Amino acid sequence: MRHIISILLENEAGALSRVSGLFSARAYNIESLTVAPTEDSSLSRMTIVSVGSDDVIEQITKQLNKLIEVVKVVDLSEAPHVERELMLLKVRATGKDREEMKRIADIFRGRIIDVTESTYVIELTGNNAKLDAFLEAIGEELILETVRTGVCGVGRGDRILKV
Amino acid sequence: MVLTGGEIVIRCLQEEKVEFVFGYPGGSVLYIYDAMFKQDKFKHVMVRHEQAAVHAADAYSRSSQKIGVCMVTSGPGVTNAVTGIATAYMDSIPLVIITGQVPTAYIGQDAFQECDTVGITRPCVKHNFLVKDVNDLAMTLKTAFYLAKTGRPGPVLVDIPKDISNHKCEFDYPKSVNLRSYNPVTKGHAGQIKKALQLLLEAKRPMIYTGGGVILSDAANRLTKLVKSLGFPITSTLMGLGGYPGTDKQFLGMLGMHGTFEANMAMQNCDVLLAIGARFDDRVIGNPANFNEVQRKIIHIDIDPSSISKRVKVDVPIVGNVPEVLDDMLKQLAASEEKSDPKALAVWWQQIEAWRAKNCLKYKRSDKLIMPQMVIEKLYEVTGGDAIITSDVGQHQMWAAQYFKFDKPRRWISSGGLGTMGFGLPAAMGASFANPKATVACVTGEGSIQMCIQELSTCKQYRLPIKIINLNNRYLGMVRQWQEMFHGNRYSESYVDALPDFVKLAESYGHVGMHIEKPGDVEPALRKAFTEHKNDLVFMNFITDQKANVFPMIAAGKGLSEMILAEDL
Repeated sequence: MRHIISILLENEAGALSRVSGLFSARAYNIESLTVAPTEDSSLSRMTIVSVGSDDVIEQITKQLNKLIEVVKVVDLSEAPHVERELMLLKVRATGKDREEMKRIADIFRGRIIDVTESTYVIELTGNNAKLDAFLEAIGEELILETVRTGVCGVGRGDRILKV
Repeated sequence: MVLTGGEIVIRCLQEEKVEFVFGYPGGSVLYIYDAMFKQDKFKHVMVRHEQAAVHAADAYSRSSQKIGVCMVTSGPGVTNAVTGIATAYMDSIPLVIITGQVPTAYIGQDAFQECDTVGITRPCVKHNFLVKDVNDLAMTLKTAFYLAKTGRPGPVLVDIPKDISNHKCEFDYPKSVNLRSYNPVTKGHAGQIKKALQLLLEAKRPMIYTGGGVILSDAANRLTKLVKSLGFPITSTLMGLGGYPGTDKQFLGMLGMHGTFEANMAMQNCDVLLAIGARFDDRVIGNPANFNEVQRKIIHIDIDPSSISKRVKVDVPIVGNVPEVLDDMLKQLAASEEKSDPKALAVWWQQIEAWRAKNCLKYKRSDKLIMPQMVIEKLYEVTGGDAIITSDVGQHQMWAAQYFKFDKPRRWISSGGLGTMGFGLPAAMGASFANPKATVACVTGEGSIQMCIQELSTCKQYRLPIKIINLNNRYLGMVRQWQEMFHGNRYSESYVDALPDFVKLAESYGHVGMHIEKPGDVEPALRKAFTEHKNDLVFMNFITDQKANVFPMIAAGKGLSEMILAEDL
């Protein structure tokens, strides 16, 4: 099953490599990983999407908790949560495709944030499935570059991950 | 008081009451060694290879419960030390490793003797640090000692660039460490302990299985009390030997790949299993699928939550420090009115005795060839069991674990997790420094001993009266055994050719060498070594039977109920 693991960790050099090293050393899967400092600059918030059986995910959270720099670990997918991913997509936009691109972007509530004579850069946020659907709608032959941030997520309501 | 970084390192080690630093100097640690030169509160032991420094510090810790400390220089100093660090990490040994690094401004420039120490050692340390400011040095070292010893222990490395050890700052040794991200649980959950006792008292076929956690946490006395009051059978992993008296009749011997028939059968067939400070690893339970074929309830006490339900699903997990959990168990047990069913227990013991009657450790005696098992039995007799035994890795290690009965903890020093050949001799040095009055013997083979043989020089320098029991069968015995059993007798590269004359070699380092070829000479030679040459290092080269194999055995990938016994062949 797919799990979204949220981690609060000390914002220190090397902390990221401890986490990524753990995943590769123990052959755990990483689908995406995002990290940035929080409002408290001494802490980073990391979101990892991983796929594994319940046993594997249990081991992952235990092993993460064991890292000295990890302050807290939560499996967001255990309870209601929201997840978003940002995508920047550069597409070929010439001739009749120009109008079509604009229409598809509007349908997906994307925004065109850069325009040249032959290209658009479209900004789109949403969950995994929405971004995948958008890519499909555009079609591979018109896509020049795909840049995705990876998923970040937060628990709904009173579920708060804080020190 | 304003001190240089080098002086701060020395002061920190003194504050931590360090007795010995095992190390090897080099360019990047010169300021620290210079500061060390001006003090006499702790002693530095100069080894002949950095790997040995770490093994010695490791065994110093294993045999004394104190933290082992070592110091090496940057680059090759560190890479040589990695095997030692990984060895300590796999067996959860508390070490502080201080490494020199190239000056801060040179880091990342491929400087002379530079390597990414923090990167290279990251997967085999509990934690590591690169000190970038001399003002952080004292706190970092304090934290390193704290992390090494608390929770599940392990090696912690502090990398100090050369310029930092020459910078100056005000020194004040911190009194305490406070880490928001690190708060190991020590006390077990009372409700879980109650549930565990309930299960144990209701058990018809109970079994206790203990590991290195009992030794590391100094829980041997409490364990013995608990096992005695319950009257249950107990077995131990290689790492746990000595945690419960090996001569006691409730002890079924070591379990696992080369464990006794009775221990493995009882482990497999019990209905309630109490696991204490052990981790169900592949060399212990073999294939988990086979282990799970039999239904049983499992209680698991461990300080590391990630050890619980890792390979085997556990019914009652108890996260906590073993002595504290056992104290709570003993208290609840004393207050409880329930008792275990004596009839069921008697039937269970009867079954166990029937397994024990197989006498699975018997071996073919010979009056022509020296049987390696016999050497260990004689070693046990001659020392009266009162010795610290270190080992290398291979057949000799298993024979030592099987035939030497360890009655006390911290007497059996062996690389269990990583299985590091070359560990035995430097480990004997560390144990000897920690226990200057104890008899220390290193059981080894002609393959392993040559992996750190240079330490005979260190032994001479510090006059360490170690007894080396070299079981020399001219083969990498365990490799040969597997090749015989699983690879059609094709002894690919397992014959050890061109051996040195070990007697002359020992003598050239200024030690005593003995060559023993006849079974009848084994005991007299041992007696001579342990009495007449009590204060000498004696290298005893026993020429043993080349074909001797370790039994019982569970083949890799098989389960506890699939033992191969000597009599089956």
